[in-house]
Amino acid sequence: MVEQVIIEAKDVSFFYGQFQALRNINLEIMSKEVTAFIGPSGCGKSTFLKLLNRMNDFVVGARLAGDILIYGSSVYGREADPVDIRRRVGMVFQRPNPFPKSIYDNICYGPRLVGVRKPADLDIVVEKALRAAALWDEVKDLLGKSAFELSGGQQQRVCIARALALEPDILLMDEPTSALDPIATAKVEEWIKSAGMSIVIVTHNMQQAARISDRTAFFYMGELVEFGPTLELFTSPKEVRTENYITGRFG
Amino acid sequence: MYLTGYTKTARQRREKAALLLIRSLAGLVLTVLAAILVYILVCGLPTVNWSFLTSFPQNAMTSGGILPAIVGTFGLAVGSMAISLPLGFGAAIYLSDYAKPGHLVNAIRLGVSNLAGVPSVVFGLFGLSLFVTTFGFGRSLLSGCLTLGLLTLPTVTASAEEALRQTPLSFREAALALGANRWQAVRQVILPAALPGMLTGAILALGRAAGETAPIMLTAVTAYSPILPDSIFNEVMALSTHVYVLATNGNNILQTRPQQFGTSLVLLALVLSLSLVAVIIRAKLRRGRKW
Repeated sequence: MVEQVIIEAKDVSFFYGQFQALRNINLEIMSKEVTAFIGPSGCGKSTFLKLLNRMNDFVVGARLAGDILIYGSSVYGREADPVDIRRRVGMVFQRPNPFPKSIYDNICYGPRLVGVRKPADLDIVVEKALRAAALWDEVKDLLGKSAFELSGGQQQRVCIARALALEPDILLMDEPTSALDPIATAKVEEWIKSAGMSIVIVTHNMQQAARISDRTAFFYMGELVEFGPTLELFTSPKEVRTENYITGRFG
Repeated sequence: MYLTGYTKTARQRREKAALLLIRSLAGLVLTVLAAILVYILVCGLPTVNWSFLTSFPQNAMTSGGILPAIVGTFGLAVGSMAISLPLGFGAAIYLSDYAKPGHLVNAIRLGVSNLAGVPSVVFGLFGLSLFVTTFGFGRSLLSGCLTLGLLTLPTVTASAEEALRQTPLSFREAALALGANRWQAVRQVILPAALPGMLTGAILALGRAAGETAPIMLTAVTAYSPILPDSIFNEVMALSTHVYVLATNGNNILQTRPQQFGTSLVLLALVLSLSLVAVIIRAKLRRGRKW
């Protein structure tokens, strides 16, 4: 399979009021790979992730310079439609955030928004998405139950399935296991490794990045310090700051 | 290790004293409430029977029933909710999910809460000059509903906004990240989640609308009506004003005491049953919605 660039950040800077959260980020993310963003709290990794599907649009007083391209088309250009972009770029959040609805209705939320209405079609979508999130066998008899009755780990995989139901080109995950116990974390990590889709994951956990990602980007104080194949970055970092961080000297 | 200044038994004694205080305060409140209810029940129950509920007042209102007042109060309560719920919920959605935070929104919020503290007779005067006189609706069910609608609007708006703001931000994020626009997120996710809380405010407002006296005396009510209203432009009788009229006017105030208590009891029962409907709807909505 030929890899191609799916996301390209061009000189991206981002400001919250006077505070500059990101400084001239240039980055290319390849398709069908797992890309991890690591760095200490407040380094800008989550901010950058949320720029990829325009979830920072609602932050009052925020400002962006530069542009981001997805498959060559601008995310922030005049022609860009944030709703359309969010349908192509799925997102899973830090805490499981299912809707207070049944598992079935949670998964159907996205497809219904784009006009899938027939029950038979929705049934297929639900099964496909839950199988893709490796949750089908656990919940196939509970589809009418409230998603709130599931465990935290299962809830997070419902959220993954809900995002997958729209068949996005890419999935963004913002510290998706930070609210989960070790067993649930292992299941989500296992899913990420086997998913075979383009995933960008923000994690505060370096071991997690090392375990599951193909490439890793290290952010520090709003800068992209180093970006490369995960094995290389962890075994022979080029930058002193990267080495200090991964060896635990700060962070 | 921290050493507290007093011993374990002293600590336990304080704990017990606090508990006793809180319990007796709660008990006091409940006792007063129960006393009022029992008093009205005991004094009112002998009067209330089927013909009292279904017939018109007779002999200059010293005997007979209160049917027109029941119909009037029911119409005023339901009609005012029909006005204040859509307006109040709409304003609450605007304040919680659309308005950019800033001076304007804060001013609106302050205005709403101040409006909730305005005496009801002021609303009555406002309704009298605007709806009855200027708009020419006259003293009518419509004028009364509009006035009570405005009167309850602040309560409805403030409590609905509170309920909306209590729904987690993560619901909004999740909906938007799945490609919903703002209105879809509000309508499909936020509103269903907040509706039970919003109805709590509506229940309070409903009780208030049904019990108000001064504003409807100025805008909607007639002391005596031999017929039931057949249009929103008719004057109506109401339970609260009926009690007022019986207790203050006429030659036989003492003789009509049973009617006064009977009417009060019916008013209480009407408010309770209207609230009960709202409580049942709320319980239905709440089922399976935990977070």
